[in-house]
Amino acid sequence: MSHAAISLKRMPTSLAARNVSHHFGSVTALDDVSIDVPDGRAVALVGESGSGKTTLLRCFNRLIEPERGEVSIGGKNVRAQPMVLLRRGIGYVQQHGGLLPHWRVLRNVALVPTLREMSDATDAARHALELVGLPAAQFGERFPHELSGGQRQRVALARSIAARPGVVLLDEPFGALDAISRADLQETFDKLRRELSVTTLLVTHDLAEAGRLADEVVVMRLGRVEQRGTMKTLISAPATEYVARLIEKARAGLEALHA
Amino acid sequence: MRVDLRLKACVLALVIGGTSVTSAHAQADAGGKPGNNRPIVVASKPFGESYLLCEMFSQLLEARGFAVERRPGLGATEIAFGALRTNAIDVYPEYTGTGLIAILHDSLSDSLAADPRAVFSRVSRQFAQLYHVRWLPPLGFQNTYAIAVTRKTAAQYRLRTLTDLARESSHLTAGFTADFIGRSDGLVALSRVYGIRPRDVRPLAPAVKYQALASGAVDVIDGYSTDGLLSKYNLITLVDDRHFFPPYEAAALVSAELDRRVPGAVAALTLLSGRLDEQTMRALNRRVEVDGEDVRVVARDELAALGLVGNAQTTVTTGEVSRSGFARYMWDRRAYLAALTVRHLLLVGLALLAAVIVALPLGLALERARHLAEPVIGGLGVLQTIPSIALLAFMIPLLGVGVVPALVALWLYALYPIARGTYTGVRDADPDAVSAAEALGTTPVQRLIWVRLPLAAPVIMAGIRTAAVITVGAATLAAFIGAGGLGEPIVAGLALADTRMILSGALPAAVLALAVDGILGLVERLVAPAHRRRAIWRSSPSDELRVAPAV
Repeated sequence: MSHAAISLKRMPTSLAARNVSHHFGSVTALDDVSIDVPDGRAVALVGESGSGKTTLLRCFNRLIEPERGEVSIGGKNVRAQPMVLLRRGIGYVQQHGGLLPHWRVLRNVALVPTLREMSDATDAARHALELVGLPAAQFGERFPHELSGGQRQRVALARSIAARPGVVLLDEPFGALDAISRADLQETFDKLRRELSVTTLLVTHDLAEAGRLADEVVVMRLGRVEQRGTMKTLISAPATEYVARLIEKARAGLEALHA
Repeated sequence: MRVDLRLKACVLALVIGGTSVTSAHAQADAGGKPGNNRPIVVASKPFGESYLLCEMFSQLLEARGFAVERRPGLGATEIAFGALRTNAIDVYPEYTGTGLIAILHDSLSDSLAADPRAVFSRVSRQFAQLYHVRWLPPLGFQNTYAIAVTRKTAAQYRLRTLTDLARESSHLTAGFTADFIGRSDGLVALSRVYGIRPRDVRPLAPAVKYQALASGAVDVIDGYSTDGLLSKYNLITLVDDRHFFPPYEAAALVSAELDRRVPGAVAALTLLSGRLDEQTMRALNRRVEVDGEDVRVVARDELAALGLVGNAQTTVTTGEVSRSGFARYMWDRRAYLAALTVRHLLLVGLALLAAVIVALPLGLALERARHLAEPVIGGLGVLQTIPSIALLAFMIPLLGVGVVPALVALWLYALYPIARGTYTGVRDADPDAVSAAEALGTTPVQRLIWVRLPLAAPVIMAGIRTAAVITVGAATLAAFIGAGGLGEPIVAGLALADTRMILSGALPAAVLALAVDGILGLVERLVAPAHRRRAIWRSSPSDELRVAPAV
């Protein structure tokens, strides 16, 4: 039954940030940034360290409360509801999974369903594990340290979707993995988010990854949006010198590989 | 004989462990007397003669139906007098010269300085005025400082007087008690008046100074003229040819409120005035310090001889204890030692529990206000640097003597390791796990209970374990302020120069420390977070070593 429930279409959950600014001391992290992620779509925030991409991502689950501007999910200001309730409705994966090391895999994955007091929390966790390719029977009773790095990220991914959120926020989720685990997990994720038609905001410094996983890419630099568009648009018509250089670098990397 | 030994052990237990057992009796007795809501607290300083006088005062009072609580070996002058001033104790034996110089910081003109009566009238007037504390008429003997050397040293350097000593002092090593080194009527003044400048001055505990002198480790020591050990080691006391030391007449020093609270007690204590001469006192001290006789028996014999208490019922044979082995000695005192161990554990357990109750939440609170963490924990750390005996002494004016100030002092020592462990443990608990849990909608309380505390548990437990071991050690010093525990035989043994008595407290205390460390080490493993537990039970070689003593 839970299988059927999870594949149902979600409530419309578009994301929007309007004229958002934020500072850390004297450093400008976000400077009048606006973005939209339409319901069920995936948008990647791309940029170097310090571009403000992670700060922007964290505004959506209120890990950061921006000084100015409005952030909303499904048309509702994120401040409209209590913080913990907001967060329990949003999937989240960070670079170093952040699994609770003293909890077994199944319990880790059941965290958000449990917080939401879902009656079938454990079933939901089992199903989420299936979806990321780690059968609960085999992996559920292991501790995180008994898994490989790639498997741990899969568990983190399972945890983020176990409570069937309408939105997932991914902060460099594949950043710490070796190339093969990374490609595998990217594939799993791509399939998953389309199946669940979950609205996705992905932070990455890897343009190729952004192109592969996202419908649209937002290039950020020094707290501002340089360009937004599909990968194709970015390549064919880079709006700024910076975007052109970024694409050039990514291309050079690929060509070096081919040669 | 076996009965005798056991009796003796019991008697000793009563003498030294007077705090708990006697006070229970005393309180029961005191119930009948109107306005008498507390037994008379009789204390002493930590050396043999003071113990003996304390016991004589106590028996004198008890023979007249007064309830008595004994606090022998309470502490040096500052502690004992501090306790008396604050009415924490009612009476202890003191010396007029000490009162004049060490307490009043006074001196008399040369013509009066050598006159015992002039000194007595000065101190009794001044003490009444300044502290409302009363000197009862002197007991009849003086116990002045005796600067002593061996016969061999005296012959080699031709020493007879302190002036002779000054002449040769640059060749000699002195072993003085901390009291003598620090007091204004001690080494400082001696150097000024005679020009005595020893090659080296070693601070020695009273219990070891005679042995140190006899073995040649030091050449000259400070003793008391009535010390029984002076004659045992056949020592020469050097003549105070410039009359530097004031008269040190022994007398009972009585608190302001005793006479009001317990009418008749002062009159009873005065019965001993003028009854003990120097020769008698030296003989009595010798029985205690050299022959190892029981303080209680010696006191009773003398009071009986003076006709102040009824005749002694049984005379315990002397010398038995010193001939039987240490194991036997411990075995015979097993009930007493077990009671002390229980009391010790109670002191430690209560202090530790109170420290956990305060320091654990404090550590958690500081983790949420990190800018305060270092100042606050650093402040608690400073407490650690205060020597336990000094901290205990600070407690007396605030809280008197007994269990309460000891608990407070132990509690203060235990705060730091627990607060530090909690703060560090919770702060450093897997930051990725904590931030992910936050992002997924856990409340701060859920994060604390589900994530931070379980991950920090071993570090917190290590802090508690450190605190426990520190407290077991520090609690031995609680006996100095009459809180009981395994420090009792240590304090008494130090005062009576009885190594075996010292060991009878020190060994169980050491075993207790190891046992507490070992048991809490196991607890530390039990509270390890689930994912580490299996790995820990397999245990690395270093882990084995660490718990080995407990098993």
